[in-house]
Amino acid sequence: MNDFQLHLEFGQHSGNSKNIITLTSSCCYVTMYLMWDYTDKVKEAFLHPKNVGEIENADAIGEVGSIVCGDALKLYLRIDRETDEIIDARFQTFGCASAIASSSALTELIKGKTLDQALSVTNQDIAGFLGGLPPQKMHCSVMGREALEAAIANYRGTPVLKTDSEHVVCKCFEVTEEKIRRVAIDNHLTTVDEITNFTKAGGGCGECKTDIEKILLSIWQESR
Amino acid sequence: MTTIYLDNNATTKTAPEVLEAMRPYLTDYYGNPSSMHTFGGQVRKKIEDARAQVAALINAEPDEIVFTSCGTESDNTALMSAVETDPEKKHLITTRVEHPAVLTFCHHLGRKGFRTTYLPVNSLGQINPVAVDNAVDDDTAIVSIMFANNETGVIFPVEAIAPRLHDRGILFHTDAVQAAGKIPLDVRKTPVHMLSISGHKLHAPKGIGALYVQKGIRFSPYILGGHQEHGRRAGTENVASIIGLGMAAELARKNLTEEIIYLGRLRDRLEQGLLSSCSHARVNGDITSRLPNTANISFEYIEGEAILLRLNEYGICASSGSACTSGSLEPSHVLRAMGVPYSAVHGSIRFSLSRYNSDKDIDTVLEVMPGIVNELRELSPFGRDMLAGSKTHE
Repeated sequence: MNDFQLHLEFGQHSGNSKNIITLTSSCCYVTMYLMWDYTDKVKEAFLHPKNVGEIENADAIGEVGSIVCGDALKLYLRIDRETDEIIDARFQTFGCASAIASSSALTELIKGKTLDQALSVTNQDIAGFLGGLPPQKMHCSVMGREALEAAIANYRGTPVLKTDSEHVVCKCFEVTEEKIRRVAIDNHLTTVDEITNFTKAGGGCGECKTDIEKILLSIWQESR
Repeated sequence: MTTIYLDNNATTKTAPEVLEAMRPYLTDYYGNPSSMHTFGGQVRKKIEDARAQVAALINAEPDEIVFTSCGTESDNTALMSAVETDPEKKHLITTRVEHPAVLTFCHHLGRKGFRTTYLPVNSLGQINPVAVDNAVDDDTAIVSIMFANNETGVIFPVEAIAPRLHDRGILFHTDAVQAAGKIPLDVRKTPVHMLSISGHKLHAPKGIGALYVQKGIRFSPYILGGHQEHGRRAGTENVASIIGLGMAAELARKNLTEEIIYLGRLRDRLEQGLLSSCSHARVNGDITSRLPNTANISFEYIEGEAILLRLNEYGICASSGSACTSGSLEPSHVLRAMGVPYSAVHGSIRFSLSRYNSDKDIDTVLEVMPGIVNELRELSPFGRDMLAGSKTHE
């Protein structure tokens, strides 16, 4: 029922032409239905998140998301400069329950790991740690992984690719082609809806859906 | 844990009196109102009583009421009737903040060659009646403007718009789903041509609605089939629910003045209490023209789903205009149309009250909300400057 509702909403975006304003909104303020899709681990991590807050003079900070998009994560790391070990990880998150739970899970997963070990933590690991996330919330786990990459890049001084130097596919959520490709390959995604669930791309005005379709085609045709 | 239900613009509790009125028609009196025998015929009589009860709520004639399956069907029917009865006209006028029952139908017609003017709202969520006048042209088939907005509770100047359109001979429909039973409606004083009502928003069950169709206007049915509803809506009548809607309309009409005062007082207590106990909270919508039961408040720098789930822990039910709760990835189209900043849209919470709420319910919300807001703000990377007063930052 809930999934059905959701798909209907997404369905409205397809096939719209330019002279029609796109309905990008709530259906009469859909009341909380996602609570029932969350695992007990997500609920626990949301209600009692671990490692909340800032680290003063942190060795690394990774910031992703924005208030416009509706979720944002700021990750702070304390790193042992000798061993590269993550001694402490803390976060501040603006977002829904699964965004907060994913942030908490991320910090628990990476504490005690070296940076290289931490980089092997995938978005699936974050979702797995929480006993899974609803499909439409997978982008929260991707945000966790991105914050980790950003923090490590910040520590190592390697430049993070700037959005403006890349090809932005989804203008509503500023999602680049590079990100869509990476997330599609990492998570074996084959449909536009899946890309929307994992990256939000295509979830706004929906105009980029055909572009996403083309990217997916090129990825999976190349790999054949 | 007791449920504190503050989401009455989403749906309402079926009134016990309504359920009682319906019960015999779900059990013993199951006849088909179209049948020739007395067993069915006695049911027909009850449907006509219900029609009169619904008509009385909006000061219409009974035969101006058509029962439908829901508010959405009423809205779709009104728009479809307009374009069917005047096929030459290809222009629709509505607002940017309508319910999807109207907006999506306009998009649908757009794909069939119709053009729609979507009137903007100001920062208070209010529309300008003059903009309606200006948008009308010779090609306009219908104007559809909601009586009151479901998200903000803002009451639109339908009373000012209706006579002007009436004088110009322009068909005018209003979606009064949120207004019916909450504020006085009078289709004689406010000459709308069609008006939509939904049962479950006024303590009748889900799956029943009504459309007022002014006597004398050209009407084309949307659902085709048998001769039910005088040929205006085919399909065997949802007898029990029709009787329930009749009872709900009567209860609403009898208690209207009392409830407006009661709900207004509760709502104002809730709103004032939250604004004074939570910093960076703001009301969305025109407070000078608003349904008495609705408060839409933004708690800046935090996200609506998170707030709702924390409220849920206390049994409190509300809703939000945030992206995460909308079923889409974009936040409320209503608040966006009002130009509410993203920092506030994502943290918007709608509390909508009913006669079944008490002061005790409000006390509980006022007690728990500041803690929830503070905890989530502690979690949030935004609003550092805002919180700087209470926390030291390097």
